[in-house]
Parts: sequence; structure tokens; C-alpha cells
Amino acid sequence: MEKIGIVSYGAYVPRNRIKAEVIASVWGKDGQAISRGLGVIEKSVPSIDEDTATISVESARAALRRCNINPQDIGAIYVGSESHPYAVKPTGTIVGEAIRATPMLMVADYEFACKAGTAAIQTCVGFVKAGMIDYGFAIGADTSQAAPGDALEYTASAGGAAFLIGKTKVIATINHTLSYTTDTPDFWRRAEMKYPSHGGRFTGEPAYFKHITNCATALLEKAKTHPEDYTYAIFHQPNGKFPVNVAKKLGFTPEQIKQGLLVPYIGNTYSGASMIGLASVLDVAKPGDRIFLTSYGSGAGSDGFDITVTDEIASLARHKAPTVAELVERKKYIDYGTYSKITKLLFME
Amino acid sequence: MKEGVARFWREIPQRYNFLGNVCSSCDRVFFPPREACPFCRRKSMGKMKEQYLSGHGEVISYTVIHVGPEDFEEQVPYPVAIIQLDEGPRITGQIVDCDPDDVKIGMKVESTFRKIQQDGCSGAIYYGYKFLKSHNSNK
Repeated sequence: MEKIGIVSYGAYVPRNRIKAEVIASVWGKDGQAISRGLGVIEKSVPSIDEDTATISVESARAALRRCNINPQDIGAIYVGSESHPYAVKPTGTIVGEAIRATPMLMVADYEFACKAGTAAIQTCVGFVKAGMIDYGFAIGADTSQAAPGDALEYTASAGGAAFLIGKTKVIATINHTLSYTTDTPDFWRRAEMKYPSHGGRFTGEPAYFKHITNCATALLEKAKTHPEDYTYAIFHQPNGKFPVNVAKKLGFTPEQIKQGLLVPYIGNTYSGASMIGLASVLDVAKPGDRIFLTSYGSGAGSDGFDITVTDEIASLARHKAPTVAELVERKKYIDYGTYSKITKLLFME
Repeated sequence: MKEGVARFWREIPQRYNFLGNVCSSCDRVFFPPREACPFCRRKSMGKMKEQYLSGHGEVISYTVIHVGPEDFEEQVPYPVAIIQLDEGPRITGQIVDCDPDDVKIGMKVESTFRKIQQDGCSGAIYYGYKFLKSHNSNK
């Protein structure tokens, strides 16, 4: 059977960090308790000149540095985000031009809360399987927004990852993928509103846990596998507690999720979250390793992936782009004043 | 609209991907590209070939901007450097993700893709190159 899967990958996390405790101190909250409660120590913050387009470009360029693919052979770019710089004008065209993949190229921007990037992977897998393209770029990136003082402010962060999908020199085969989708209004942002709204505790059981659990269970059935068959597992990570709890509920161990759990150090990168987790796993994966990934996007849905790392990973020049661990370590702490300026919390004439 | 989208659009190959050109007569590299080589003049006519540059280079000199122009006021203080690209041309570029005190003459830099400016909150957003301290720079 033809192997279709990941040919290369790249990630990007902006350098600025703000500690959850610093945000809490502004609002008169107990920072240590909040940090402990959410399982988030600090989060990434984009620089003033970074947005979803720049993060997408940096991720895609990192992926191309690692492999020897002619960008002109890329037939599609799909960028998933809920913070596209334009409401009307695709981020994907900017990426396509910046990686010299234009003009014979299919492009569209996706939006499905935090799972738009994994939806892009599914699209690319479909196109490659149908023989319509040789390679497709699936990108998940965000500079997520949170209203000042809202619970989301402690986690909403910035970052992204890009996966080149194809059928030659595949470093990780995507054996199975499926989605579990319902109409669940747990989190949304209405047109022209600056900040999202959410249903508080409603985002937990009927939303995150229900969709991830049902998607993961269906995937295990389809793949005829059990949690112990996997070396690594990655779950969407809106905070440090949800993925740990859902993993435990499904029968995965803390060791299986550790490598792909970045939220304590960079926050929730939304469309980038589970994809940066996958990039982190691929940074250390060995041939034969099996990876279980379940994303979650509010609204709501989960995409599940059963992935097997191939011998080709040894040939990928992984050292030519920074690992996720290196991106996490490359940081500069900022105070709430600087954070306010960058995230446009200050009103300026 | 400050500069007009058409002007910026025309420069996308340079701003995104360092598309310069090389004189086939003397092998000198130019960025931005020139119609003719100023050294070979007539001999170079019709012999200028497009070449993508690496975006890697070295700081020749720099200054720190404390009073920035519109669109850059919120970024001060920030370093702007004359950078000699590995292929030869010297260009001006902003250095980002680097404290002004850490910039050094001779420092190796590499390009990064950033937002340059935008036409207010409803106009076009313009992207292009800025520079980072090279990850394998020891200076």
C-alpha cells in the first residue's frame, strides 16, 4: 500500500514570554494558584511585527530547510488559524509567495478554532491520495487573542507548525485519520469582535472531553490499536490540565504525552497547539515509533491521527531547523505593560 | 494609503525572497536588481541574470533608532544595520529579537520574515525581511 504522510515539518514560536503570575498580579489574583490550577507557567507573545502570516512563513521555511523538495512541486497550501491577519485576503498566498511555491498552487485559509491546522493536514492527505498533488503544506498558526482579565489571558499565545504532506520520502505515515464533529457552542468570536467569548465550564465536559474522547475511541477502533501500542500521544492543550486528564481517561500514560505537551511553557497556541506538539515528537522520534494525535477545535470537533514513523526520518536533516525545545528555550520575558502595547490593549490615537 | 499597494506588490520578490541579479560579464551580484551592471555597462546589457540571495550576511555598521518613524514608534529602541550579504551586496535592515546592546560589528545575521508596515487598520499589510542574529554566530 502506498505510504502517504509527513515528508517534513517545521515549527515557530515567538521569543517573548510573559509569566502567568505577572498577568495575575495585574488583576489582583493569586498568581501561583492560577499557574498551578491551569498548569501553565508562562506563555509566548508575538513581537509587534509578528502575526499568523509571519509565523506560518517561518514554520514552512523551517520545514523546507529540512528536506530537499523543490517548492514548485508543492501543489497546495492550507493555513488554519483563527487570527488570520486579514478577514478577506488569504494568509496562504503570502506563504506561497514567501516559499516560492506560486503560482500553480491551490490555496485556502481554514478556520475551525484550534483544529483548523489538523483539518488542513486531512485535506492535503486527501489530495495526495487522489493523485491531484505531489506535495501539500498544512499549516496551523495563531496569535490568539484574549480579553484583558479573562481566564483565557493566562493561556492565549502565539506559535505555529507546518507539515509537508506527500508520498515520497515519507518520514511518518498517516495510517488513519477521522473526525468527530457536532454543533457545540463552547467558544466563539462574532464577526468584527476583537476578543472571543466562551461558555466557561461548558468548554470542558460537553466540549473538549466529549469530542476528544469520542474521536480517540473511534480512531483506536478503526486502527485496531490500544493506547499501549503508541510511543507518543498528543492531545489539544488549551491548558496544562485538560490534556493530562483526557490522556488518563483514555488509558495513555504521562510518559506518552510528555514530549508533545508544550502548553506549560508556551501557552495555548490555538491552531498551532497540537501541531507544535507533533513537531516536538518528530524532533526526537525514531523509526517504528507510533504516534497518536487528537486535536480539538471549539464549535466543535476533533481530528484524530494514527501515525507511524518510518526509516526515512533518519535521512531528514532535522538539524537544519530549530527543534521545538530550542524554540521554547529561546525567550525574553516581558512585563504586562509591554504585553499591553504588543497586544494592542492600550488605546492609542 | 501611504505608498500604494502596487509599488509594494512589485517589490514582493525582493522583500520576500531576496531576488537580485548577477552580471554575466563580471559576476558582480546586485540587490535590488539592476537593469545594467554599472561596471560593465554596455557589455552587461541583456546579460543580467536573476539570482536569489541567501539572506545571510554580516553587520558592517549599525545605529540604534530612538525616535522611530510612523509604524516603528512602538518598536524603539531598535537597531538598524548595514548588512553585507554573503553574495556581496550591502543593504540596510532592521535587526529584531536582539537587544540593541548585543549588536556587534561583524555579527553574523540571517533574514527573518516580518511585518514591515501597514496602511492604518483598514489598509494593506506589507511584509518583508528583517534580520536576526545568526543561530550559529559566535560574535
